[in-house]
Amino acid sequence: MTASADVAGAPRKKSFIETLELDTRMLGMVVAFIVLTVGFHLVTHGLFLTPRNIFNLTIQTVSIGIMATGMVFVIVMRDIDLSVGSLLCLCSAVMGLLQVRLLPDIGIPLGSPLIAPLAIVSGLAVGAIIGALNGWLVGYLAVPSFIVTLGGLLVWRNVAWYITSGQTLGPLDDNFQLFGGINGTLGAPASWAFGILACAGALYALWHGRRAKIRHEFPVKPVWAEVVIAAVIVVAILGFVWILNSYQIPPAVLRRHFAAIGKPMPQGYADVYGLPISVFLLIAVAIAMTLVALKTRFGRYVFATGGNPDAAELSGINTKLLTVKVFALMGALAALSAVVASARQTYHTNDIGTLDELRTIAAAVIGGTALAGGVGTIYGAILGALIMQALNSGMAMVGVDSPFQNIVVGSVLVLAVFVDIVYRKRTGALK
Amino acid sequence: MTAMNERGTPLVEMRDISIAFGGIKAVDHVSVDLYPGEVVGLLGHNGAGKSTLIKCLSGAYHQDAGEIFINGQKATINNPRDARAYNIETIYQTLALADNLDASSNLFLGRELVTPMGFVDDAHMEAETRKIMHRLNPNFRKFKDPVSALSGGQRQSVAIARAVYFNARILIMDEPTAALGPHETQMVADLIHELKRQGLGIFLIDHDIHAVMELCDRASVMKNGQLVGTVNVKDVTEDDLLGMIILGKHPEKAA
Repeated sequence: MTASADVAGAPRKKSFIETLELDTRMLGMVVAFIVLTVGFHLVTHGLFLTPRNIFNLTIQTVSIGIMATGMVFVIVMRDIDLSVGSLLCLCSAVMGLLQVRLLPDIGIPLGSPLIAPLAIVSGLAVGAIIGALNGWLVGYLAVPSFIVTLGGLLVWRNVAWYITSGQTLGPLDDNFQLFGGINGTLGAPASWAFGILACAGALYALWHGRRAKIRHEFPVKPVWAEVVIAAVIVVAILGFVWILNSYQIPPAVLRRHFAAIGKPMPQGYADVYGLPISVFLLIAVAIAMTLVALKTRFGRYVFATGGNPDAAELSGINTKLLTVKVFALMGALAALSAVVASARQTYHTNDIGTLDELRTIAAAVIGGTALAGGVGTIYGAILGALIMQALNSGMAMVGVDSPFQNIVVGSVLVLAVFVDIVYRKRTGALK
Repeated sequence: MTAMNERGTPLVEMRDISIAFGGIKAVDHVSVDLYPGEVVGLLGHNGAGKSTLIKCLSGAYHQDAGEIFINGQKATINNPRDARAYNIETIYQTLALADNLDASSNLFLGRELVTPMGFVDDAHMEAETRKIMHRLNPNFRKFKDPVSALSGGQRQSVAIARAVYFNARILIMDEPTAALGPHETQMVADLIHELKRQGLGIFLIDHDIHAVMELCDRASVMKNGQLVGTVNVKDVTEDDLLGMIILGKHPEKAA
């Protein structure tokens, strides 16, 4: 058969990046992100890459980042979900109503530790059920997902408006607000513990993968390459924790905190924020979704269906039910984003999540998810969300006028996809 | 036809199958059968209904009327999963591979090997893929690439490996050599002989009369959704077959 090409190509010397077996596309995105942030840092005379701004940047990315991981699955399946921003609003409204009205009305007092979990579980259920409804319309009734979710874009925000009478609901439960970012951080010791555990997990994953390859006698990377990758990962994780742990809580906030618990603040007392719970949530979602994408049958079927729906169907995959599951997952993730977004602003408003569907799709697409289906990564989508947030917040810091900010973000989206097409053509991934 | 019945129970018997699409009878009361260790060719023009007929067996379509018997037992085949449960494997004209996935993901699609934790075991699947590809196509090297990067023959060998790996008893091949060069076509022919020796029953849909004469034991010819007739390939000439395909003329009746 025709395998002469690979036989002849065997003894060629591999480049540094090839030996590391890195995804060059991801590498390009990381470089673009670094260039962007360093650029803003220089233009703002050292204001951009400060612990405080990095802390804020990560918090602001969480809501879109969580939804973008689900959008990757939806787009990989050759579908689209334009309703996530509205769905986020409805889930936020349901959770807000439960916290400030419904649960207290049935005898659970305001401030009860039951309020946050009950509200969150209900919100996730609403998101998953509406997502499943979208999926059923798309999968079983064969209505195009663009239409189903374009309808949803109009429907769900106005359902939210109706059930809340358009009122702002707040303040939300204190425990609930822990998921918002600055109101819920792990502090330095727990953040370090998280960093060390994350490093241990990453190293175990590397070791485990290498062992599986050796067991089946597949070629493995040289040991030095594994060490380089492990070192980069460890430095990145611990460096990130170190930056977040360097963000001091302002003394005024600390004084208020001590006043609230009725104790005097000790002389010279200082504390740091550390890792926000919301960012921890995003990392957990990202890891879970990556595992689902790469290591479960469900994930494999999503990618197979995106690559060739007929082949998936003929392989015995129930693609209709799969569509329902993917949209239900997207809905649940929109609800989770609703937790983070409403907790961050400490109340529910009817405009929460406006235009988030477009930001989410843009994050996934900038992150390399192809609208033609079958291709996309979770880490890419989160990087995409980070790049967009960095652009937005950097331009605001530089003082770029509002209209120009959106003009730039929109142009970057188109440019990123164009560069991606050129890249894929060059590397032969696209014919 | 009495000679056929002496061979015991047919592996597959499709009795009086009909299926219509919007008033057009794509398959009209057609009966075909298949015995172990036999290759039956299905011939006919484009649109004669041979692919439609066979899709009732592979589970892609469901017949409006008629029955299917597997090993003499009435079989209910509503979808491709049911067909797989009867050890029916299909190699489609369009190859039915997910282009974005690698060879082993395609080979195991829908039947992944999993670890005790329930995660897909890529390393194990790749090892199994390497084993079977070594048997079928020893030059195959591109285990890591998506199948979009493979040649027509390489893709076909992935599709065939899928059928062979899961111990098909009944194999349906829909123009398996349509996209292949002469060398690759020969490889598929050798493989068909090998699978026949192992006792599989094979339905072969093909336009190439030479291939049918060479590979098949019997041939069933369809025209306009109806069965023209089934003949022993040894007893007819190429011209007889062409006459059946083009004119819908049964050689015995003509004679």
